[in-house]
Amino acid sequence: MAKMRGAIVVDIERCKGCNLCAVACPLNLVTLSATVNHRGYNYAEQTDWEKCNGCSSCAIVCPDGCITVYRKKEE
Amino acid sequence: MTKEELIIPENKIYGKPTLMNDTPMHYCPGCSHGVVHKLVAEIIEEMGMEEDTIAICPVGCAVFAYRYVDIDWIEASHGRAPACASAIRRLWPNKLVFTYQGDGDMACIGTGETIHALNRGENIAMIFINNAIYGMTGGQMAPTTLMGMKTATCPYGRQADLHGYPLHITDIAATLEGTCYVTRQAVNTVANIRKAKKAIRQAFDNAINKRGCSLVEIVSTCASGWKMTPEQANQWMTDNMFPYYPLGDLKNTVKL
Amino acid sequence: MDNKEKDFVLLKGNEVIAKAAIRYGYDGFFGYPITPQSEVLETLAADKPWETTGMVVLQAESELASINMLYGAGCTGKLVFTSSSSPGVALMQEGISYMSACEIPGVIVSVGRGGPGLGTIQPGQADYHQAVYGGGNGDYRTIVLAPNSVQEMGDCMGKAAKLTFKWRVPVIVLSDGMIGQMMEKVELPPFTPRRTEEEIGQQCPWATNGIGLKHRKYNFMSSLEFDPQTMEDRNQKMADKYRQIEAEEVDYELYKVNEDTEYLIVAYGISSRVSMKAVDLLCEAGVKIGMLRPKTLWPFPNKAISQLSERIKSILCVEQCEGQMINDVRLATEGQATVYHSGRSGGMVSSPTDVVEDFKRMARENLSKNWPKGYWMK
Repeated sequence: MAKMRGAIVVDIERCKGCNLCAVACPLNLVTLSATVNHRGYNYAEQTDWEKCNGCSSCAIVCPDGCITVYRKKEE
Repeated sequence: MTKEELIIPENKIYGKPTLMNDTPMHYCPGCSHGVVHKLVAEIIEEMGMEEDTIAICPVGCAVFAYRYVDIDWIEASHGRAPACASAIRRLWPNKLVFTYQGDGDMACIGTGETIHALNRGENIAMIFINNAIYGMTGGQMAPTTLMGMKTATCPYGRQADLHGYPLHITDIAATLEGTCYVTRQAVNTVANIRKAKKAIRQAFDNAINKRGCSLVEIVSTCASGWKMTPEQANQWMTDNMFPYYPLGDLKNTVKL
Repeated sequence: MDNKEKDFVLLKGNEVIAKAAIRYGYDGFFGYPITPQSEVLETLAADKPWETTGMVVLQAESELASINMLYGAGCTGKLVFTSSSSPGVALMQEGISYMSACEIPGVIVSVGRGGPGLGTIQPGQADYHQAVYGGGNGDYRTIVLAPNSVQEMGDCMGKAAKLTFKWRVPVIVLSDGMIGQMMEKVELPPFTPRRTEEEIGQQCPWATNGIGLKHRKYNFMSSLEFDPQTMEDRNQKMADKYRQIEAEEVDYELYKVNEDTEYLIVAYGISSRVSMKAVDLLCEAGVKIGMLRPKTLWPFPNKAISQLSERIKSILCVEQCEGQMINDVRLATEGQATVYHSGRSGGMVSSPTDVVEDFKRMARENLSKNWPKGYWMK
């Protein structure tokens, strides 16, 4: 069965760690990093990309436009 | 499929609009302004109006809006964006002219300009960010601050006898003959963001097609001003702001 | 062109402002009614320039809105003006400061009345400080033109249009209720077409109108800076420009001033018309007196006054207020001549004989030995 596969790329230095992406992810695949970026924010990162279906919720709610979403149907 | 195979340009389905530049935004983490900026950039890009848009930003948190979206901007003095926009729209009949204002700018210091631009039916769109507080100056009472809500200038909560009542400028706008589209939206969830985008798009469309004045209120959070996390702020907004400022169209005379 | 072909008409000063603006190719007017200048908007509304030249005319909700309409329009490279009177111009001060900060062109016609506060609706010149020094915040200057006839009211609209774009500085045409309300024969300028959007694009690459955005960085107009050093740099750049304006744009007129002149009247606007008659009367009586009339109040004719004051006995500064321009005249003399005030205020206007009386008082105080016993001793 065809399955949607997705992955996100976070602009780490632009991220302010607001956590809204983590809240928005219906699969709870986004979390804040343990380390910080140069401005001192814990940035968003994807925990388990293999489960991501590329729904883009995290990116749509991101106020800083830090998240780019890639998606492909896997045959 | 490996991650490297997936993350290639042809699989990109969502990203920061190209009109939004790489300048880091000065907004606090989780601020609704960022989402609305993104929507504005996306819509202008989709409409192909880059060279035909003149945007007016306010005084308040969005005072630096011009740094982030690559279109021509004018930074108006406090509250006067609708006056600025009125003149520009009349002088440039083929341009999309919109204002981007906060509650202090639109509903307090600039109430006169707001009401009159709306009432003249200026062919402009007005985006109104209502977070019920003065964010830029450090969390003071706004005209839209809810009853009982605590701010730096009503630290014991807003009281009618001391501070009067919240101003429903959007409801007032809906009663004016010059307005064609008045709506209240939010950007706290994916579904609401999609609706807000549609609303802004319609407001821009109305402006370009000279249908009258449109006002899109975005009920927003101010996590810093409200002293909450962005997540808590969204929840607080849902619980307290939405009952007082219910989402949806207040007026739409445009039958498409 | 012989006189038959010229557009000679009998008009009020305020009407000429409107008619000249249409003919000089102004793109828009934004204003709010106030006595004694309401004829500007009334004439524009009656003439309907939007049907002929395409000029936009809008009655704003306040002077505050008017000036910010001017600011917005100026930012996009359009040639626009507003018109008001004393308390209305007071409301515009913030906007003028913003326009100056962003180096925005725009023309503000100020038809002065008696003040302060609501004052009176009769002519006054008590807004010299307001126009020349400005009531807005920050380091800025505005070019101030001072017409003294109905003809010059019209001419100033053309001159202001040129200057405001040449220097990107707001230009104030400082008139008064008398010139605004009186009727004189005027020659209207020929029609100049409004600039096309393409021309604006070429002439104003700084403007925020979206033109050519795909081939340039976006433009923005803002007076806000994070960094005080950047703000200082902006201020210094503006100050350099102001110095250049002071060097190049001074304009004044001399009346009956010659090598033998012993006394000088300095007056602008309606006071210069009154003083002209006073000079005539005094000259007839044998007094060696002339008048210097600044046509630009900023930049001020400092050099001319300084040079004249080297060789004259004293100066009578005639203005219809309790003394505002007199300070600039005093500064210009660099201490070489004593300056006396003459004038009325609150809406009262001096007559030529008032000026003559004040001259007599001045001359007595100045203890001139060659005091001609003439006209006023009768």
